[in-house]
Amino acid sequence: MRVAPRASYPARVRRRVSALERREHWWFLAFISPWIVGFLAYFLYPVIASLVLSFTRYNIVQPARWIGLDNYRTLLSDPVFWKSMQVTYEYAIVAIPLLMGAGLLLAVLLNVRVAGMRVIRTVFYLPSLIPQVSLALLFVWLLTPEFGLLNYALYMLLHVQGPDWLGDPRWTMPAVWLMSLWGVGSTMVLLLAGLQGVPKELYEASAIDGAGPWRQFRAITIPMISPVLFFLLITGVIGALQTFTNIYVLTGGGPDYATEFYNLYLYQNAFLFHKMGYASAQAWILFLMAIFWTVLLFRSAGRWVYYGGLNL
Amino acid sequence: MSAPIARRRRPPSRIWAVYAALVVLCAVFLTPLYWLIASALKPSYEVFVFPPVWWPAPAKWVNFVTALTQLPFARYALNTMLIALLCVVGNVASSAVVAFGFSRFRFRGRGVLFVVLLATLMIPYQVVLVPQFILFHALGWVNTFLPLTVPAFFGSAFYIFLFRQFFLTIPRELEDAAVIDGASWFQVFTRVILPLAKPAVTAVAIFSFQGAWNDFLAPLIYLDSPGRFTLQLGLSLFQGSFRSEWNLMMAASLAVMFPLVVLFFVLQRYFVQGITLTGVKG
Repeated sequence: MRVAPRASYPARVRRRVSALERREHWWFLAFISPWIVGFLAYFLYPVIASLVLSFTRYNIVQPARWIGLDNYRTLLSDPVFWKSMQVTYEYAIVAIPLLMGAGLLLAVLLNVRVAGMRVIRTVFYLPSLIPQVSLALLFVWLLTPEFGLLNYALYMLLHVQGPDWLGDPRWTMPAVWLMSLWGVGSTMVLLLAGLQGVPKELYEASAIDGAGPWRQFRAITIPMISPVLFFLLITGVIGALQTFTNIYVLTGGGPDYATEFYNLYLYQNAFLFHKMGYASAQAWILFLMAIFWTVLLFRSAGRWVYYGGLNL
Repeated sequence: MSAPIARRRRPPSRIWAVYAALVVLCAVFLTPLYWLIASALKPSYEVFVFPPVWWPAPAKWVNFVTALTQLPFARYALNTMLIALLCVVGNVASSAVVAFGFSRFRFRGRGVLFVVLLATLMIPYQVVLVPQFILFHALGWVNTFLPLTVPAFFGSAFYIFLFRQFFLTIPRELEDAAVIDGASWFQVFTRVILPLAKPAVTAVAIFSFQGAWNDFLAPLIYLDSPGRFTLQLGLSLFQGSFRSEWNLMMAASLAVMFPLVVLFFVLQRYFVQGITLTGVKG
């Protein structure tokens, strides 16, 4: 396999594939070998194994039994599976635009050069530093219906009785959105870096041409930071498809499956019910979803992401 | 340089409006944090009170001692520290080596391999979770730290990417000089490149420490006996065992995140550098 590249070079070039260059190939393979091993052992093998497992019934203790497409058939008629799908996308469809929008707004506000801005930026970034478990614990406490701070604030400011956030299925998803909004700092930091990379001359030139602030924002800022927006969109989608820890601690999937995220159900099937085959079928559907969204987003990138403006 | 221009474009009144909006927003963002700290210091009779008590009196610092001794948090801290340090060493060493390979040597399949590497970033961890568990189970690694640390020594796509971005900015003349002097590529890597890549090394070290410190899913799956738990597992165990003792729970949370917050403030510059290094070019 390592000789193959040499063989396929045109004859004239082949002479130039010198001993030196061949040594370079070996160095390349030597240096990347840790990743090659890791990729095969921790990625490729598991991905293939989970495909095979997804056609079996397997609980680790007893040997796996081939059951063909049964797991997939059962999944398609499993209401909890569909609920988990719905919950995950319901989260993503609101949380991703919410975080990007709020992050952009915040980044624009924080891009003003005034005294004390460093401290203010740090304040907004601080919540993103909190580990998921602690974050979720804090929110359970903040959202307690009678003694929680949020309902107290709602009562004091708006004179309304706040809902039972984590006990009422209609309110748990908004609670999750709220929790992720508090972590907007990590989104903001990236957008701020993007804003600071936009050359000032563009604004000056367009101002001379008579463009107002809104026009400038639409015609200069957005295209110039579109690579960052694209990055956030991709990581947002993948992040939504990975959501687990904060929900595990916040609600455990309840009440009444209102926050049964995809991976929560996968985890439960694999490690509580020991349905490894069933969970592998879920994992493979997750794999296909991740590929689908990645390909779709990268395809769309050509139309709206402007890479010429990267100023690094 | 550009500051005067920015100032000229914006009338002072608008600056003040931005300021005011930011101060209000800051207050909103800080309130949960304040609440976390205040709750941690409350005596238990001030926890379930309406209206809530803003200023815990007397401040019960002993809550931290109580919370951290209810469960063996010292043990959890040691476990977590061990895992995190191994992950840092593994990630920095292996990812830097691999990234050097990708950034310096020509190879026909290099581009494709790098795309494959980046593609693995797009795949949720849960996809490989079950077979990985079965693999580690077969190896007898369940309930040891090995499943949490050994993979770090085989390079992680994200850190490889970060290192490569950085290595590409290092001029090649430096290493050419070393090669002419008879250094091997491995020597070039350790003596020339790594010392220059200190910001990237620091960023990866910080990120992987943070990642290992905060990891929950993998420890949840692989660690069974409480003596081997990490801090995050300990916290979630705490939640199950002391349901309504919010003051102690907040104290434990605060103690667990404290080292990270300190780390952030000490190494803030590198944090920001690392974030921009990966994000903007992503």
